[in-house]
Amino acid sequence: MRWRGTFLPVIAAGVIFVLAWKLVVIVGNYPQFILPAPEVVARRFVDAWLDGTMAPHAWATLSEIGLGFSAGATLAVGFGYVLARSRLAERLLSPYLVAAQATPVLVLAPLLVLWLGTGLLPKVVICALIVFFPVAVSTMVGIRSVDRRLLELGRSLRATHWQVLRHLELPAALPQILGGMRVGVTLAVIGAIVGEWAGADRGLGVLINIARGSMFDYPLMFATLATIAAIAVALYLVVVLVERALVGAWR
Amino acid sequence: MGEGRPAGSARAGSSPDARLPRLSAGAPNCGREDELTGPARPQISLNHVSRSFVIDGRQVTVLDDVSFDVPATGITAVLGPNGSGKSTLLRLVAGLLTPDAGTIEIDGAAVADADQRVGLVFQEPRLLPWRTAIENVAFPLELAGVGAAGRRERARSLLDLVGLAAFERAYPHQLSGGMRQRAAIARALARDPQILLLDEPFSALDALTRERFNAELLDIWQRTGTTILIVTHSIAEAVFLADEVVVLTARPGRVAARVAVPLGRPRLADALDSAAFSRAAATIRAHLGGSPADIAAQEAAAAPVHDVLERAGAPAWFDPFGSGPIR
Repeated sequence: MRWRGTFLPVIAAGVIFVLAWKLVVIVGNYPQFILPAPEVVARRFVDAWLDGTMAPHAWATLSEIGLGFSAGATLAVGFGYVLARSRLAERLLSPYLVAAQATPVLVLAPLLVLWLGTGLLPKVVICALIVFFPVAVSTMVGIRSVDRRLLELGRSLRATHWQVLRHLELPAALPQILGGMRVGVTLAVIGAIVGEWAGADRGLGVLINIARGSMFDYPLMFATLATIAAIAVALYLVVVLVERALVGAWR
Repeated sequence: MGEGRPAGSARAGSSPDARLPRLSAGAPNCGREDELTGPARPQISLNHVSRSFVIDGRQVTVLDDVSFDVPATGITAVLGPNGSGKSTLLRLVAGLLTPDAGTIEIDGAAVADADQRVGLVFQEPRLLPWRTAIENVAFPLELAGVGAAGRRERARSLLDLVGLAAFERAYPHQLSGGMRQRAAIARALARDPQILLLDEPFSALDALTRERFNAELLDIWQRTGTTILIVTHSIAEAVFLADEVVVLTARPGRVAARVAVPLGRPRLADALDSAAFSRAAATIRAHLGGSPADIAAQEAAAAPVHDVLERAGAPAWFDPFGSGPIR
């Protein structure tokens, strides 16, 4: 069975991870505020979801990621296409693209909160910014490496610019664009948490701060981390599934 | 990219689906109105065509003063060593390149942009890897705005014509090299072109498959009645297929000779063993001239230009993954 081959190693790795964690806690005899035991975190995780502590924060973070990723990735694909097709645009804009990417989001986040307030908008902007670079670069590289022979075929068939884009360039670059999105979606999670730390009233980043700073509820902090990791894995899987659906058949 | 599309795109006249039913026409050459004026009327004429490229800052003349006619509904082969500008010649006729000097006319009208009356088969199949066989064959029709049902019907009959009916849902990576090239031929026929241009279409296939494909190409030609201009560097292929073989010299390509092939039609595989075949082949070989070593040396010297049109994407100036060769 294919499913067994896929999931058995995943489950085995999970079991080993939890056992090792437990072992470290037993051997080191750490207090709860250093490293709580896995079963303590698990209980707190379930409780937090059941009593409604986690859900509103998770939902806030998820919507920041969703909006930011969609906006950033969409803009990046368009921008990457222009970079790929216009040498002038590439020369003018790529230094700024690199500079923007190299500027730590940690520094940018408080500025954006200062400019845009503590609501949803600055987090969406941070997510979009952080997603933009990998998707733009992968789109540019993807469009640029479209087989010229296919473009010549398009020309011989008198394809319009739009038809070339729609039927040749985008499908050919799609595997690379989706590769950029895989990277982008995990970065978007970081972007959302960093944005929340810079100033927010809800979100998983806020919950971590509350659990650590005011409630001293370390199991909750770890449970929140687990939620963040789960969101990242789930979103990554969504991109992989989209990839499989779009390009799985012909690769 | 260079897809300039002047307003004259309606020049080709009839819409692609208007002439669809003609595919089933049985006998060779039947159903073409221009047959009434006689079979030897030139459909393509090249007059003093020259073309050069700038390669590494050097002007390289690839075709020099090339003139010949291609009669309607016949098969003409262009034969020459590598670097004699055969592929360039085909692209000039297809309207993908413009000559530096001279004129190319199809039915008396100069070729300007990519021409709708022409179907092109490249050296490689150039199928879109994300489309199934039937979607690839239907691609030219889709670009021309033919409706889904009409596309499917036409593409099915073309896949049937090239013997791929059972593989319409296969992706290119699931097909063999020969099957891919069949699909490419079907695609070239999709808009029912009057002229089929083939650029060494079977050069990637092994010798036995190649012989079979040549026979199949003749069969397709007899069923569709298109004018065929095929570029090849195989003497046997040229003689077996063509009514006339245009022999080009090594770079710069000039017409060394035009050799008529006195073989009747329909031609079967045993034509390969006839005396007339051997005589035609010997004449061509004499016109190609030079010892095999000379020809090999010429081809080696020409090699850098051979792929000038086939380079992959230019690299980005800012390109962290460093894909693509240097332009």
